[in-house]
Amino acid sequence: MTLSNRSTAAGATGADTQTDVAMLRVQDVTLSFGGVTALLDVGFEVRRGEIFALIGPNGAGKTSMLNCISGLYRPQQGSIRFTDAQGASHELTRLKPSHIARLGIARTFQNIELFRHMSVLDNLMLGRHVHMRGNVFTCGLYWGRQQQEEIAHRERVEDIIDFLEIENIRHKPVGTLAYGLQKRVELGRALALDPALLLLDEPMAGMNVEEKEDMARFILDTNQERDVTIILIEHDMGVVMDISDRVTVLDFGRKISEGRPEQVRNDPLVIQAYLGEEQFQLRW
Amino acid sequence: MESGVFFTTYKADMGLRRKPVHKVRLLVFVAFLIIFPFLASRYWLNLANQIAIATISAIGLNILVGYTGQISLGQGAFMAVGAYSAGIFAARFGLPIYLNVPLACLITAAVGVFFGLPSLRLKGLYLAMATLAAQVIVEWIITHWTSLTGGTEALVMPAPTLFGQRLNTDFRFYWIAVSMALLTALFAANLFRSRVGRAFVAIRDQDIAAEVIGVDVFRYKLLAFAISSFIAGLAGALLANYRTIISWERFTIETSIFYLAVIIIGGLGTINGSFFGAAFMTLLPAFINNLGRALQTTAPAVAGLLPAVQQAIFGLAIILFLVLEPEGLAKLWRNVKDYFYVWPFSY
Ligand SMILES: Nc1ncnc2c1ncn2[C@@H]1O[C@H](COP(=O)(O)OP(=O)(O)OP(=O)(O)O)[C@@H](O)[C@H]1O
Ligand SMILES: [Mg+2]
Repeated sequence: MTLSNRSTAAGATGADTQTDVAMLRVQDVTLSFGGVTALLDVGFEVRRGEIFALIGPNGAGKTSMLNCISGLYRPQQGSIRFTDAQGASHELTRLKPSHIARLGIARTFQNIELFRHMSVLDNLMLGRHVHMRGNVFTCGLYWGRQQQEEIAHRERVEDIIDFLEIENIRHKPVGTLAYGLQKRVELGRALALDPALLLLDEPMAGMNVEEKEDMARFILDTNQERDVTIILIEHDMGVVMDISDRVTVLDFGRKISEGRPEQVRNDPLVIQAYLGEEQFQLRW
Repeated sequence: MESGVFFTTYKADMGLRRKPVHKVRLLVFVAFLIIFPFLASRYWLNLANQIAIATISAIGLNILVGYTGQISLGQGAFMAVGAYSAGIFAARFGLPIYLNVPLACLITAAVGVFFGLPSLRLKGLYLAMATLAAQVIVEWIITHWTSLTGGTEALVMPAPTLFGQRLNTDFRFYWIAVSMALLTALFAANLFRSRVGRAFVAIRDQDIAAEVIGVDVFRYKLLAFAISSFIAGLAGALLANYRTIISWERFTIETSIFYLAVIIIGGLGTINGSFFGAAFMTLLPAFINNLGRALQTTAPAVAGLLPAVQQAIFGLAIILFLVLEPEGLAKLWRNVKDYFYVWPFSY
């Protein structure tokens, strides 16, 4: 990886001053499926403006944690509080996923979940859904106000298309695109929502080195230029060390470590947890 | 890489008919629809009216099944609600066509939302079973609430009048049926290039991702049921006003399956496919009927077989389309268009 170290870059731009505010506060979250405990008393805080990495071996509960935040899973215990830009606090464990999206939380999925038969443009336009007003009547008429709305949001979407450099595929059905491009489009759909908090579940899985570098750059730019706070799940430790401000490590549903990347990498508990995980040792 | 036409504004790029060829083709089609009734015999006008009404119904079902991915076996029931509501408003309360049709549509929409409630929990074939319940319940109510519906006897309503004209000929009704079909098609086309329609398709393709991006999936499913059954109600109400005799036998489970076949053959999730499917499924039986009549004297044995042959052809057509051309006649049409788009330089 050729990226500069995040912590110094952030310090240089003065981003640290605004990272003290907790945007997301996860407390004592416990989630189990029948006999399987996916999360046990997990708690952490994500500060406004940071890239927060969630790592851990396979089955540690990382995806489950994101699913709790986006409202797809209901934890049996614990609380997840989100503070929006206006300073209002919301208990996410009681809200529907669509409501959580409206608060400004967007995500991507570990296994790409795009709208396969729709074009790249339409996928991104769906990211604008919560910001649009059109209803059955205005949409059915497609006249005046509705047409203007569609065009205005199309312009926002075109910004993201430029940003992600996917101009030449905008009319393509996403189902026909290569894997790496689909991952990029999925990021685009999440960005189209103009999120305050972005949840990325292994955005670089299955990519080659070049694609990973592109994706890492998009994530950094999203964080710095678009002012988006990010929770990142990633197995590639090189990337995690490079781009994240802070890291939380899960193992068997428990939090075993937290801190700056260089602190976490030397934590004996973490090294213990990853024993036998080849990729971790290789890329460390 | 697509070559040829580029658009300089988003507005042009987002238009319904984006290329001049498309606009011309649409104009030719509309011109044909206007000239047709003056040249056609009663027989063909009757077929045209049937196709127009079937197109409306197919668009309604396609919105629910093809675009939103909610399988429904209740189309016959929804059309029945539309037809009987219109008939009852006209026969018992003397409401004119421009009131009995919209009221019938609203009632059908409400009934559709009610029977769409199971979609909160059920998907796919299980939801299909739940909509089958709509079919059974509506049929039962119609055949048993004799004082209102006439029961198993047909309900007779007065022929509709509009602007002082009695709409009792195929020619006069043609204008109503065809303009309603065009309006329905335009409405649906607009819907699916803007916010609400996109949300429907998102639910079909990936409902979890739709919810997570902010689409209130359950609300939108109910909305799809409402719009779809509103349009099914429109088809039913028009049919009632056209025939002026309403019998429950026209709206059985067979009708529901017929319309599923229409949209499968025409193309799921396409608007012109709804028209192609409706035309195909209306014209094929008419064609076979004519053939039967022609063969009656020369080869009566063959003529006797034809109804069975018709069923077999329907079945075969559905299977062939499911296997070979999952996107139906609309896809074939697109292939033809693509061919001519670059013609004569086909590469
Ligand atoms: N819907 C579910 N039903 C049953 N068990 C589940 C479900 N979702 C997750 N689990 C279980 O919870 C545990 C944590 O899974 P999770 O997917 O959160 O792990 P992960 O850290 O994302 O792993 P990976 O790195 O493989 O993606 C696993 O044991 C998994 O089998
Ligand atoms: Mg996972």
